[in-house]
Amino acid sequence: MSLLEVKNLRTYFQTDDGLVKAVDGISFELQRGETLGIVGESGSGKSVTNLSIIRLIQEPPGRIVSGEVIFKGQDILLLPPEAVRKIRGRRIAMIFQDPMTSLNPFMKISKQLMEMTELHLGHTSAQAYEHAIRMLETVGIPDARPRANSYPHEFSGGMRQRVMIAMALSCEPELLIADEPTTALDVTIQAQILELIKKLKQKTGTSVILITHDLGVVAGMTDHVIVMYAGKIFEQARTRELFALPGNPYTKGLLRSVPDPTAEHGKLYQIPGLPPDVAHLKPGCPFADRCERAEEICRREFPPFVELTPDHHSLCHFASEVYAESTNAKGA
Amino acid sequence: MEPEIKIGPEEALAEDTHAETGEFVHGTSLWRDAWRRLLKNKLAVFGLIVVIVITLASIAGPLVIKRVFGFTPDYIPTNDTQLVRSFPPFKGPNGEFSWKHPMGTDNAGRDQLARVLQGGQISLFVGIIATLVSLIIGVSYGAIAGYVGGRIDDLMMRLVDVLYSLPYVIVVIVLLSMFRSQTPRGQLTLLFVALGSVSWLTMARIVRGQVLSLKNQEFVLAARATGVTAPRIIFRHLVPNTLGPVIVYATLTIPQVMLTEAFLSFLGLGVQAPLASWGSLAADGVQNIAIFPWQLIFPGVTMALTLFSLNFLGDGLRDALDPQMRTT
Repeated sequence: MSLLEVKNLRTYFQTDDGLVKAVDGISFELQRGETLGIVGESGSGKSVTNLSIIRLIQEPPGRIVSGEVIFKGQDILLLPPEAVRKIRGRRIAMIFQDPMTSLNPFMKISKQLMEMTELHLGHTSAQAYEHAIRMLETVGIPDARPRANSYPHEFSGGMRQRVMIAMALSCEPELLIADEPTTALDVTIQAQILELIKKLKQKTGTSVILITHDLGVVAGMTDHVIVMYAGKIFEQARTRELFALPGNPYTKGLLRSVPDPTAEHGKLYQIPGLPPDVAHLKPGCPFADRCERAEEICRREFPPFVELTPDHHSLCHFASEVYAESTNAKGA
Repeated sequence: MEPEIKIGPEEALAEDTHAETGEFVHGTSLWRDAWRRLLKNKLAVFGLIVVIVITLASIAGPLVIKRVFGFTPDYIPTNDTQLVRSFPPFKGPNGEFSWKHPMGTDNAGRDQLARVLQGGQISLFVGIIATLVSLIIGVSYGAIAGYVGGRIDDLMMRLVDVLYSLPYVIVVIVLLSMFRSQTPRGQLTLLFVALGSVSWLTMARIVRGQVLSLKNQEFVLAARATGVTAPRIIFRHLVPNTLGPVIVYATLTIPQVMLTEAFLSFLGLGVQAPLASWGSLAADGVQNIAIFPWQLIFPGVTMALTLFSLNFLGDGLRDALDPQMRTT
């Protein structure tokens, strides 16, 4: 049985501008110990997908319209709020994008860490304190004991992200959702944090969902990748397969936009146009206006979700052709 | 901005360097910074000192006087047959110099200093009680309304609006005259209830506004994502973050409430003799202002000084806790 199974998840937001289908029919599975990457441009629905999983969508304006989120055989969307609260942090933990704002500025680091285990593991404050120190040491904070009594503003960004990771992992959750954990950090710290997540994942066997817009991060960290666009899954495959043999023009465009450091000069590639306004989607493929391959049918009809291999799906009228092209290019 | 308040990148960098060498440095806390800024503000320090002195004098004064001279604030001398019992400051019954009544006596011959100090007790007590009510009810009410949001927030805040729209002095007057109590103590309790019941409204609004802007910050989402319960998020995560404005407003509420109490007592609705408050003393004094001016001057000056000091202190705290607000 897979650890997490998301089926046909739809989360809509009612705005003044109309109904925004932020997540529209997402399905995926995650096995124990695996890492899933979710990539996409800003506004493609990555974060909303994950907030929906632990029911943290602000209602109103948001609403989970349909779908199932089956975590260890239980549909989280059907559980009473109190039961969901007990899952949060205990079974499913989250790391947020901006470590500068995701710690409470008025609480000592130790208190914030202690809160987790006092809440979920029933630790006494002495136990929780020792556990907090151990967690800080685990995530590589030097002088954990005296530093535990600092306030967040006394820590640098990288250290705060370590604290966030320590918090997230302190109850040994089965699933860790990392929402762009390295976006706000500089490159050297990014590498350290990713390495840390990888190491801790191996140690504890936690499954990870890694949300990012950095394809390099996905390549190095994940087993499976989902490419999201306009609230839909555009392509879904094993990481190696996706990078080697993309079956969707959008994925191809993304891969081409990664700067190639070996190219001495030449322009950086970018996908033309902007992501569509999800409140006013046209009937056809949402990517049609920006797609190099787009034909008349793309603007008229919504594309099918094509199975290229049992492990590889792509949302495109020409999925098979694109996949074939990739295979040929690889062979040649 | 003062030179030592550095929030620039240099400091952040310095901290990081220390972190790398493994050497541990403690940064200055927000409160220590605020305290330092407060101490720089001369008016605020003056206010703080005056408030402390008056508070201590009010608490200890009547006891000391009783020890030294043997009378209480409501002691009326009965052994003299004089018609006029109001002695000027530092004067005895026969016009001779005396330490007995440094502020003179009132109409009934009661010691003015003792009465002013006792009045201080009651005035400060009224101010503190009403502020505590506004802290406890106002902060919880505002924080809950702000965090829960939606229809409950609407409902809760409309209630505040309704109470707000009633002219509160009149509400208090109506309350006091409706339940007019026979005993001075009962009257005093009624005054506390009346002042407390209206003093939390602004606090509720301030805290709600703060919570509304705080609750969308990522640390609240992070707390929810770690399964923290709603009451704990409100009272352990959000309320401490509103502390700055709350402290400032609470400090400014004390003089406001004291002034209202004085006003009500002046009208004869508040504190009743033999208890005294600065308002009731001033009311007594104003009747004899032409002949016995000290009966108005002493309570009046003491009250003015206290109110000024509390306001200076409140302003100083606001500047100290919110350095970005400063215009200079």
